[in-house]
Amino acid sequence: MTKTKDHPSLSEEFNRDEARVDWHDKTLWWIRQKRDKAAHTLPEWEQLREAASQIKNNVLGNLSGYLIAFEERAKANGAVVHWARDAQEHNEIVLSVLKQHDVKQIVKSKSMLTEECHLNEFLHHKGIDVIDTDLGERIVQLANEPPSHIVLPCIHKKKEEIGELFHQHLGTPEGNADPQFLTEAARLHLREKFLTREAAITGVNFAVAETGEFVVCTNEGNADMGADLADVHIACMGIEKIIPQRKHLSIFLRLLARSATGQPITTYSSHFKRPRPGQQLHIVLVDNGRTQQLGRDDFRNSLKCIRCGACMNTCPVYRRSGGHSYHTAIAGPIGSILAPNLNMREYADLPFASTLCGSCSNVCPVKIDIHDQLYKWRQVLVKEGYSPQTKTVGMKVMAKVLSNTALYQRAGKIGRWILRVIPGLVNNRFNPWFAQREMPESPKTSFRDWYTKNRKS
Amino acid sequence: MNSREKILSRVKQNQPEAKALPDIDHFHGNIETVIDRFRSVLVSIGGEVHMVNTMEEIQTIVGSKIPDKARVVNLTDVDFFFGEEISEQTNPHSLENVYLAILRSPLGVAENGAIWLTAKDTRVRALPFICEHLAVILSKEKIVPTLHEAYDILEISDHDYGVFIAGPSKTADIEQSLVLGAHGSKSMTVFIM
Repeated sequence: MTKTKDHPSLSEEFNRDEARVDWHDKTLWWIRQKRDKAAHTLPEWEQLREAASQIKNNVLGNLSGYLIAFEERAKANGAVVHWARDAQEHNEIVLSVLKQHDVKQIVKSKSMLTEECHLNEFLHHKGIDVIDTDLGERIVQLANEPPSHIVLPCIHKKKEEIGELFHQHLGTPEGNADPQFLTEAARLHLREKFLTREAAITGVNFAVAETGEFVVCTNEGNADMGADLADVHIACMGIEKIIPQRKHLSIFLRLLARSATGQPITTYSSHFKRPRPGQQLHIVLVDNGRTQQLGRDDFRNSLKCIRCGACMNTCPVYRRSGGHSYHTAIAGPIGSILAPNLNMREYADLPFASTLCGSCSNVCPVKIDIHDQLYKWRQVLVKEGYSPQTKTVGMKVMAKVLSNTALYQRAGKIGRWILRVIPGLVNNRFNPWFAQREMPESPKTSFRDWYTKNRKS
Repeated sequence: MNSREKILSRVKQNQPEAKALPDIDHFHGNIETVIDRFRSVLVSIGGEVHMVNTMEEIQTIVGSKIPDKARVVNLTDVDFFFGEEISEQTNPHSLENVYLAILRSPLGVAENGAIWLTAKDTRVRALPFICEHLAVILSKEKIVPTLHEAYDILEISDHDYGVFIAGPSKTADIEQSLVLGAHGSKSMTVFIM
């Protein structure tokens, strides 16, 4: 398999259109500011974060018991519970349920897990037509792209591009890029799908061990338009979505939308406990690397994530490099600590796509130490031999020079001479440092020479 | 070992030492200002709020908004001049042309402008989503300050299905421009009595 492009080269592509980068940056920062405003209206905000973090700690330490309890209650409520070790098994389970009901066309509301498992692609190859119903997800689906943000899937697209996509696929008038008009067109287009599809897939935001119910949050109402009209509802969830008791929803629902978009709550927070009379409810519990991450002392906290996207909106690297540069289903800081767990070689670049400024950890509603984990992943990746070749060689040379006084002095002299006399030797495209920077003007003498000279005089 | 056993045994093997749950019972909001807060929050997220004293007032306000021959579902047990009832057996697909649904909510939350509905209140789960416009009657005694008090009440609830709805359905997926009326209702009106 050929390795996909890494974060630096993909961000370079994204950065070619400077005006778009500025717009992307500003839009996400505006959402970050809305988050701040919402958080500041609650004096107890920090206590809520602490409570959420502690509840999630409790979940990680009792996960096997909570999973068994959830399964037992969900079954008693009338759901069919499936277990999938990896993406492949998850996809096969979904397919077998659809086959069992002879369903060829389905609607799906937002689920990052199904993105992680590449379910759409899989079902497409098996002859099943999947329609994503979240507006942003439908837009990227029509564009044949993955989402670039977990909450705002098409944040990288301009309205004119969306207008063009709708013109091609939904037959809207050419050149119409009015968001109100396009949203109405999508509403009509998708309503027909909701009314004719027999099966609906949804994600899960929280699953309650105590009651066997699960909660799905949307602003558009698409999860319910799918699940409440279809004969079969399949809910796909990672095993870390469990929370102990129903009352804990108060903590998480207070934090989730405020952290994500600055709203006090999403428009809809639906609690699915029992299937409708005559309806089939399937719940798929998925591992796909989560048990492995649970065993990593330094990284298990990443499993506390509630997928609000706040770390992306605040991240100076994400805002200026775009979600697609991360070449994984979940972009940004949190994605960069989740992805290497699944495949170190493929995602070795991601923990380096950070300034380690710590802003992600400061806004995280469940207090994941995101930037510490990014730093720790770097150590692991270098030790395991996955660091980029150029960096490894450079570091080795640097270590040798810095540990030898004579070598260090000679290297400094040569360096200053080169910068002064033949700057072209370093100011060129073969030097990765020069790519985004001007090389410094070289001083005439080193500090050591200056000190020796001035002390004597 | 099947997948269930494999996953559970790996979880058990890898999960850290168990930590106690935090006490969250001290979280609560201010009961004094619930009506004002509910009202201002719901309006800020695109909802409409009316303070009313009688059912006649609701009939006048709602009646004036319904176009000729528009289909209305009324689950309030009040004999308005508009509206039909539906039952648990009503096919949800048959509701696609409902212009307005009016029903009662047993619980409102001031901090986020949300009202709670169960399958008992809506008879058919899809109703508050598939209708073009949603109207809800909420008694002012049933508004609690925050979600903490709401879940204290819901602790004993044995709903098949329940939903918090806060305002009309919305999306900002196209360049972050807020548009009301994504897939669910295009407006939400709450009558506080």
